[in-house]
Amino acid sequence: MKEKLHQLKLKYQGKKMAPAFNALHTFLYTPNETTHSGGHIRGADDLKRTMNTVIMALVPCLLFGMFNAGYQHYSAINGFPANFDLFEHFLTWENFLVGITTVLPLVIVSYGVGLAIEFLFAVIKGHEVEEGYLVTGMLVPLIVPVDTPLWMLAVAVVFGVVIGKEVFGGTGMNILNPALTIRAFLFFAYPTWMSGDKVWVHGAKDGITQAGSTDAISGETVLGYLAQGNTDTGYSLADMFYGFIPGSVGETSTLLIILGGLFLIFSKIASWRIMLSAVLGSLAMGLIFNGIVDAGWLPEYSKFYTLMSFPYWQHLLVGGLIFGVVFMATDPVTGSQTNKGKWIYGFLIGFMSVMIRVFNPGYPEGVFLAILLMNVFAPTIDHYVVKGNIKKRLKRLKTATIYPKVSDEEVDALKTETA
Amino acid sequence: MALLSKKDANLILDPLADNNPITIQVLGICSALAITAELKASVVMAISVLFVLGVGNVVISLLRNVIPAKIRIIVQLVVVAALVIIVDQVLKAFAYELSKTLSVFVGLIITNCIIMGRFEAFALGNGPWKSFLDGIGNALGYGVILVIVGFFRELLGSGTLFGMKVLGDPVAKTGLYALGYENNGFMIIPPAALIVVGIIIWVQRSRNRALIEEA
Repeated sequence: MKEKLHQLKLKYQGKKMAPAFNALHTFLYTPNETTHSGGHIRGADDLKRTMNTVIMALVPCLLFGMFNAGYQHYSAINGFPANFDLFEHFLTWENFLVGITTVLPLVIVSYGVGLAIEFLFAVIKGHEVEEGYLVTGMLVPLIVPVDTPLWMLAVAVVFGVVIGKEVFGGTGMNILNPALTIRAFLFFAYPTWMSGDKVWVHGAKDGITQAGSTDAISGETVLGYLAQGNTDTGYSLADMFYGFIPGSVGETSTLLIILGGLFLIFSKIASWRIMLSAVLGSLAMGLIFNGIVDAGWLPEYSKFYTLMSFPYWQHLLVGGLIFGVVFMATDPVTGSQTNKGKWIYGFLIGFMSVMIRVFNPGYPEGVFLAILLMNVFAPTIDHYVVKGNIKKRLKRLKTATIYPKVSDEEVDALKTETA
Repeated sequence: MALLSKKDANLILDPLADNNPITIQVLGICSALAITAELKASVVMAISVLFVLGVGNVVISLLRNVIPAKIRIIVQLVVVAALVIIVDQVLKAFAYELSKTLSVFVGLIITNCIIMGRFEAFALGNGPWKSFLDGIGNALGYGVILVIVGFFRELLGSGTLFGMKVLGDPVAKTGLYALGYENNGFMIIPPAALIVVGIIIWVQRSRNRALIEEA
């Protein structure tokens, strides 16, 4: 197989389709080419390894999402089980079957369409296919509702990859996170399929009814429920933490996301600074809102009351906040590059996510908007961090003594030269 | 083109493609973003600008030797303002609904950079006939882009063209909607116009690489 691919590659070398064959070859095997001169140090952590690590961190979320799709579906029809048992009610073939039939097509469409565009652009532009889409393609099915129509997803992927990435020059050059661009496009283009109480549970749009009644099933996300002024979500804290709640496919299980996040931190793929500061940012904003409520500045009839009085740390358990923070905000291309910048960037993401959640009931999920906004500002943040650094060093230079002691003019000349 | 000399014909044809005011000079973007959600509004806007720029160019060209250079901008503004008011009143009289859709943007033709740009760049230095052709050409170039953008935004955003339901009825689920198609709400909001214009610019420049600016 490897030999064949290699021959195929040689055959097409210099032809128009070459990038496509090169990509297939290097994706599956290590290329035969070796370097001929000099000493080269090969880093094992190339782009492909990075991408694969992130995908490994995402797989538990995907599997959980599949089971949860079935669990939410059957619970909406039959009511939630009274004595919940993980193996009896959650990890069942029945649930998994629903997951396979709803979630797997999303994954296939996301990868199929996205990679087709990557290959197409690589062939047109004559450069190598880049691995950038591997993670995006996995993220996309995890951040959409289960019942998203496949053609909508396809349209959004085309938009996200072309407008969000390729026009800027492809992988590594994009300003906005492509997966979030796709999510934002879906949200603004087809709001009825992306929000409300009918999209989070499989079958709710088709009007499947509850067992023994004529009421259609529905499932509201915790945030959507709160945004409508209800106070009791009906889900226990443990449900929210483990993820047995309605929501986008892969975003519900805080536990598995944290595990994935730790894995990314220990393999040094993602920045712990961004994750930590984003969590701090959201806690800070949550505390401010809680403080406003506690101080009695906000009357109870205010439409922000329920969301503002929502305990600050629970914001981390519901919605896509923690998923966005771990897997999206840490995107090395679109995030800040400097260490100080990462703190500012992450903090503002958390801060604004909670702010958008509370103040805009139309967007109960503010995380993707907050991250996209900060993506735009990341280069500016870096710019000022770097500038500040230069200024600090110049100041240090002014008071520096230069040895060996020479004449003052020579010292001044040296200083201006360095500046 | 026996009617026009080659040079004169170019005055009309150049702004249509290779020197398009919107996609090449990137002028008049604000109105292109604001009123192109419907094809009808785009067409009316295009015709309004055609009138204002065609007549305005001739007027300025006739006056070009008597306008003192120091106050020429004010004189130009007075001419545009007069013409825009005519258009606005005609629309209010004969197409009231439409003038409400276009609302403030008819009045804002006065600030359309293309118009002042052509006055300054062409009408002040050329005779009335040439200025007329130049005005018509630039207004057409502006109009073409407006109509293209309006076409795609109305078709994809509302599923209609000139208000006619060409893709079927979204409420009764006929035509394409029976297959599960949905209107794209994104195309209705102004940022979509920016993206459509951007795509037109992209297509145009990749077809004619000479148009790509030096970075």
